[in-house]
Amino acid sequence: MSRQAPVRDVVPAVQKLRIHYAKRGRLRFSSHRDFQRALERALRRCQIPMAYSQGFSPHPKISFANAVPTGVASEAEYVEIQVTALCDPVKVAQALNDSLPEGLDVVEVVEAHTADFIDRLQASLWRVELPDVSADQAASAISALLAADEVQVTRKTKNGLRTFDARGAIVSLESDSGDLGAEWTMSGSGCAILKAVTRHVTPSVRPDDLLSALRIVADLEPPTPPRVTRLAQGPLNLESASVDDPFVDDRAV
Amino acid sequence: MVSKPIQYVGGELNAVTKDWQDVTVHWALMYPDAYEVGAPNQGVQILYEVLNERSDALAERTYAVWPDLEALMRQHRVPQFTVDAHRALGDFDLIGMSFSTELGYTNMLTALDLAQFPVLSADRNDEHPIVVAGGHAAFNPEPIADFIDVAVLGDGEQAVGLITDIVGAWITAGKPGGRSQVLKDLARTGMLYVPSLYSVEYLPDGRIHRVTPVDADVPWRVSKHTVMDLDQWPYPKAPLVPLAETVHERMSVEIFRGCTRGCRFCQAGMITRPVRERSITGIADMIDNGLQRTGYEEVGLLSLSSADHSEIADLARNLADRYQGTETSLSLPSTRVDAFNVDLANELSRNGRRSGLTFAPEGGSERMRKVINKQVTEDDLIRTVTTAYAAGWRQVKLYFMCGLPTETDDDVLQIAQLAREVIRHGRQVTGRRDIRCTVSIGGFIPKPHTPFQWAAQLDHATTDSRLHKLRDAIRADREYGKAIGLRYHDGKPGIVEGLLSRGDRRVGPVILEAWRQGARFDGWSEHFSYDRWMTAAASALDGTGVDVDWFTIRERQQAEVLPWSHLDSGLDADWLWEDWQDALSEQGVDDCRWSPCFDCGVCDQMGTEIQVGPTGVVDLPMPSIAPSPVLAGGT
Repeated sequence: MSRQAPVRDVVPAVQKLRIHYAKRGRLRFSSHRDFQRALERALRRCQIPMAYSQGFSPHPKISFANAVPTGVASEAEYVEIQVTALCDPVKVAQALNDSLPEGLDVVEVVEAHTADFIDRLQASLWRVELPDVSADQAASAISALLAADEVQVTRKTKNGLRTFDARGAIVSLESDSGDLGAEWTMSGSGCAILKAVTRHVTPSVRPDDLLSALRIVADLEPPTPPRVTRLAQGPLNLESASVDDPFVDDRAV
Repeated sequence: MVSKPIQYVGGELNAVTKDWQDVTVHWALMYPDAYEVGAPNQGVQILYEVLNERSDALAERTYAVWPDLEALMRQHRVPQFTVDAHRALGDFDLIGMSFSTELGYTNMLTALDLAQFPVLSADRNDEHPIVVAGGHAAFNPEPIADFIDVAVLGDGEQAVGLITDIVGAWITAGKPGGRSQVLKDLARTGMLYVPSLYSVEYLPDGRIHRVTPVDADVPWRVSKHTVMDLDQWPYPKAPLVPLAETVHERMSVEIFRGCTRGCRFCQAGMITRPVRERSITGIADMIDNGLQRTGYEEVGLLSLSSADHSEIADLARNLADRYQGTETSLSLPSTRVDAFNVDLANELSRNGRRSGLTFAPEGGSERMRKVINKQVTEDDLIRTVTTAYAAGWRQVKLYFMCGLPTETDDDVLQIAQLAREVIRHGRQVTGRRDIRCTVSIGGFIPKPHTPFQWAAQLDHATTDSRLHKLRDAIRADREYGKAIGLRYHDGKPGIVEGLLSRGDRRVGPVILEAWRQGARFDGWSEHFSYDRWMTAAASALDGTGVDVDWFTIRERQQAEVLPWSHLDSGLDADWLWEDWQDALSEQGVDDCRWSPCFDCGVCDQMGTEIQVGPTGVVDLPMPSIAPSPVLAGGT
């Protein structure tokens, strides 16, 4: 017997679907791989007619984009799947939502009518809650960071420690004060809330890199772990320093 | 952040969180190992569902936390919590500990201590939960008698119901008589072992003199539980699907319980008698239903020897037909050495890969296999693996044990000879040189309630020297050696496991001391320290007149009262002793499913019977698959 892959009937993909989903609550602690497995199982439970790759170990055709780091919540994650029969995006969204655990929530599914979707995910809008940090403290740290041309930060990656500039990717950064309630803060007092728009660059600049940069330029050390959420992901609107909806072109067709 | 935080947050698909106020009895079920090992555990999943189906009870789960989180929890005074609703363990009425292996004992102590209540049961009061131990290791719970309140022997499905009834009635009545009263109520059933209600006396030479109930209404012996008619217990109906990666990423269905092959080293086969099969239709329904509710891609047909199911051939054919052309794969933990097993594996891998097959001859020499009652000849093995290689399987894994009773260096060295023959025949039949054979060797540990419970365990130095000789023999084989892989561990961890397996109450202080010195996750080589255990044993056993060697490498005599003599697995002590003598004279014993009863005692003692097919059902109806609800068009 030879080492050829078993012959299968390969059913071609007829449709691409783009899924916008959120990672909320305690499931922000799921890693990207955890989500991959959960999605594949949900797709099977919902009988979504997935297209499979060929070869020794066929796998469903799923493309993931820019996953948030483990521990970060997100309102704006995207994944693209290929199916072998035409599906109704609204029904797919509903079926997946019913099937995925609460906290992995499907927001919208659209049929892909455009190419280069990944290229449209140019920037992210982040919300960073800093319990037990005052709004003034945060504001002065932000000024210091924005005043710098370059801030080198170091992060452990799977290829070891990497040092890179975190300032260049920041399009905008501002702070506000808020109240997260006594449960989240040690002092029961308020907190600073940062909002940042960052460009997707390589290596990626993540919210923890922003916090490292704030620590380096202004000694900002939050006493309580911050809570981070990605609010949006999509084309960068430089005029308004905001992030646009990446599905606009697909919906327009 | 701690490593893999997802393991602590719960939220698994099919997890259940009930309202605390709605029920009387609150159970926290713990598998005392890391989440990735504990979450797939079938026993915990079954009890979780059985308990949550009751209107008067709820069950949540907890697992051992890794040292990084343990340190943070101590620093911030966060108690051991459940993953389901993140409640502190101290809030629960009962804590159920499932011990597949004795190496979880120190993790139990960590959890009880993190839960912020006393690890010694004698120090606990009415406010503290009742700690119940179950699982195979609970067939000798004496080493953990100081830490637990109750031990359950045997199947848990009905036992948790019995406990819930008794504890629920006690809670509803306002806890009359306190903790000591409810423990006595539990003990009086004769089906639940409460160690504190039995006293152990010792002889001057260190052996046990006798074990006696401290009260007149506490029974002398405690029986195991046996669930009959598995079709009535199709659990888990909705298996948990963790988000975190775990050791078993598949949907498992237990196709039968019990085994009467009679392998003398096998505690599982001895304590789970008799054989009770699930019917072919019951199995198929569980698989269909489970796949729909989990989305798993792989189905595992579990049991102690799955090829022995009376309807396995029909089952394999039907399942292969049913899932042909889908991505669903089927697996059978293959251990039986015969060509039929290869046919089955071929059938189940009809549309999948044929990577590796596993067989367990267990003993390297013909003589050794007679001693352990593994009735497999070298010819059987060669014929089986030749069939496998010819059918396209490239790799064969063979399991053996080292340190078996009466074993010599030569018995172990014959493993090399056997592996060599396997490769030689494999190359012949396939005409290829890329076939492989992996030899995996575990150290033998004598276990309670087996014919080898009297045997001396082999000391670790001799174990290591035998394994090194085997390694050298394989390395020296120029023609075949490179095609043979060898996997083994050193003999030291086995000595600690042996101490915990056959220990008595004097081993409790050893566990406590080892844990105080930092013992955690003893089943993980990177956390295990033999020296720490030996130091703890030396101090904790000081003055008792017994030591680690006494518990491990000492052979026992027939008259000796064993620490578990008052715990009834149904096996007749005389039958076990005769089987031990038969082992020494290399006599085999047949399987009672296909030969007359040989009076092991279980069915008589427990009022049980063998439940096997065939049921006469040959073809299973194909499930009607509804069209996918997400397709465009239609409604």
